[in-house]
Amino acid sequence: MQRKTFHSLLAATAVAATLGWGPARAQTTEISFFYPVAVGGAIAKTIDGFAADFMKANPGIKVTPIYAGTYQETLVKALTAHKSGTPPVTSVLLSTDMFTLIDEDAIVPIDNFVKTADDKAWLASFYPAFMMNSRTGGKTWGVPFQRSTVVMYYNKELMKEAGLDPNRPPQTWADLKTAATKLTKKDAGGKVTQWGVQIPSSGFPYWLFQTLTTTNGAILANEAGTQVKFDDPKVIEALQYWVDLGKAGVHPPGVVEWGTTPKDFFEKKTAIMFTTTGNLTNVKANAKFDFGVAMIPGNARKGSPTGGGNFHIFKKATPAQQEAAFKFIKWVTQPERAAQWSMDTGYVAVSPAAYGTDTLRKYGRDFPPALVARDQLEHSVAEFSTHENQRVTKALNDGLQAALTGTKTPAQAMQDAQREADRILRAYK
Amino acid sequence: MTGPRGAGTAAGSSHSAIHAWLLLLPALVLLVAFTHWPTAATFFDSFHSAPKGARKAVWVGLENYQAMAGDPVFWQAVRNNLWFAGATIPLSIGLALAMALWVNERIAGRAFLRMAYFTPTVLPMIAVANIWLFFYTPQYGLLEQITGAFGLPSHNWLGNQSTALACVTLVAVWKEAGFFMIFYLAALQTLNPSLREAAAIEGASRWTFFRRVQWPLLMPTTLFVLVNAVINGFRMVDHIFILTRGGPDNASTLLLYHLYEVGFKFWDTAYASALTVVLVIVLASVALFQFFVLDRRVHYK
Repeated sequence: MQRKTFHSLLAATAVAATLGWGPARAQTTEISFFYPVAVGGAIAKTIDGFAADFMKANPGIKVTPIYAGTYQETLVKALTAHKSGTPPVTSVLLSTDMFTLIDEDAIVPIDNFVKTADDKAWLASFYPAFMMNSRTGGKTWGVPFQRSTVVMYYNKELMKEAGLDPNRPPQTWADLKTAATKLTKKDAGGKVTQWGVQIPSSGFPYWLFQTLTTTNGAILANEAGTQVKFDDPKVIEALQYWVDLGKAGVHPPGVVEWGTTPKDFFEKKTAIMFTTTGNLTNVKANAKFDFGVAMIPGNARKGSPTGGGNFHIFKKATPAQQEAAFKFIKWVTQPERAAQWSMDTGYVAVSPAAYGTDTLRKYGRDFPPALVARDQLEHSVAEFSTHENQRVTKALNDGLQAALTGTKTPAQAMQDAQREADRILRAYK
Repeated sequence: MTGPRGAGTAAGSSHSAIHAWLLLLPALVLLVAFTHWPTAATFFDSFHSAPKGARKAVWVGLENYQAMAGDPVFWQAVRNNLWFAGATIPLSIGLALAMALWVNERIAGRAFLRMAYFTPTVLPMIAVANIWLFFYTPQYGLLEQITGAFGLPSHNWLGNQSTALACVTLVAVWKEAGFFMIFYLAALQTLNPSLREAAAIEGASRWTFFRRVQWPLLMPTTLFVLVNAVINGFRMVDHIFILTRGGPDNASTLLLYHLYEVGFKFWDTAYASALTVVLVIVLASVALFQFFVLDRRVHYK
């Protein structure tokens, strides 16, 4: 694994070096662009198409898109390349890695390039929910591009069978528990054959957990990314609700795998699932029954975390390259392109103007589930992110898994996670 | 190589030494650049802090090693890894030997059996893990269908602290056994058939023949396989990325996976270097023990 990563890294660096820093040809600015692929579909084709169209419109700039693996692999490649002195000029990376990138002194604020009134209007055009993960300390460090959010998918046929109104999905925590109870089926031996609801908890349980903390009115981290509130009673209450769904026998026990959850939904092993909007195209293609998509059920309020990747501009690129990258980013996030990108991938289009385009309006009319994520955005909050992000996130993930598997009580698990996070973040106080 | 005879002997031998060094050079350059130098650099880095942004690395002495001693995840990874290695090494070698003895016999469909046993080896570990992910899936996974047929209750194999490590261990055994079988099979086929005839004439049972003849003659192969199995016991982590990502709550975290997380997720490269040094020292001492102590006890011809 590591050796493989290293090899592709070598290759990527070599490509970047030859393309970006070779002998400069007259008046052509070359920019290398790392991008990850995290969902199914012909992502690479769409990206290459964008780059070709952009170069046609801007003959002085040559964009080289480089596929760099998963989000995690792309971050590893970009940061290692940065440390060796030859980073990509721009890269799409998880919005939650913003603090990591700032701490490594790897990126420059986008504000440096925003000069004209047109630039300012563009930067103000994104959904505020997406900008929460892109700003800190009064500066903008990332530009929303492939962004998502968690929504609830439900099987309309099973709802009907259970005597529930298929056009009125659960609206509150209490509704969800009642519906899940009715939707849980057991065989003669008392073995569950169909779960009411399934919230995945492998890999990155904190993200799914945020659907519960947000709706319970708790925010896990401050905007500066220096403090967390895991032991807040509202957070513990949210975890208690999740654990209780399992104890009530309407949610599978233990840790639920993220990767197999959509399959469980297709196989009717679960009637309701929480997962990313990025799975919409997948569900549309594979669910052999009538399904619905709804906002996450609320409690104290409605809400869900955003997720996904932003554009960043690297510090060690030349000013001319940075300007060219900015031009490309601005071009590719224009409403028509954002609408195209959303339809091709299932990601949420990043600006209200994109949903105002004719193409996306028509798509939304024909396929209303595509608009649920957009409607939920006004209630959405930033994905959990702090300094030392992955380490703090791991403390939270470990606590969540300990509570879900029953080795710790929710209160104990969150207090332990809080103590660990405080220790990791002590240098940033 | 001997130099030209007569007056030019001294000059000739130095000439041939240069020749030898030139022949060794390409391999040596690669080894030094990609193995020895990184090892030395890692050792050096493990006594420094991790450089971050504008902050340069500074000398911190043994601080990274002290942090390691106080890191509960590290100790959990050590425990897990000892279990993992302790189970995969004997199981995969035993299974490999049994399979090799089985497919070495004259039985119908021998070629097919050999191929079937070897298949796991040629599959990439990531693909293997993705297949097993669905074997372990609760309710409709293969394992659940089998246990369900016996009326046993449903179990979340990967999502439970008590079974996650055993599940990833089983995948490793399944993957490794076929590979080791090939070595045993090759060794069995080099054994002189007259030994078997002699044993048959003496009226030795199959078990006696195996214990007194085949097993001692297979010792060099066993040593080779053992060295590989031990290394793999600490090196195989690819499937963890797919199956459990070290969870639930670190129940299936192995040393190398922890090292990856520290180095490439937390970007604490200094602490990761210290972990690497420990891992290298442990593996090197095991290998040296195997080569210098076990090797003497092995019967070669």
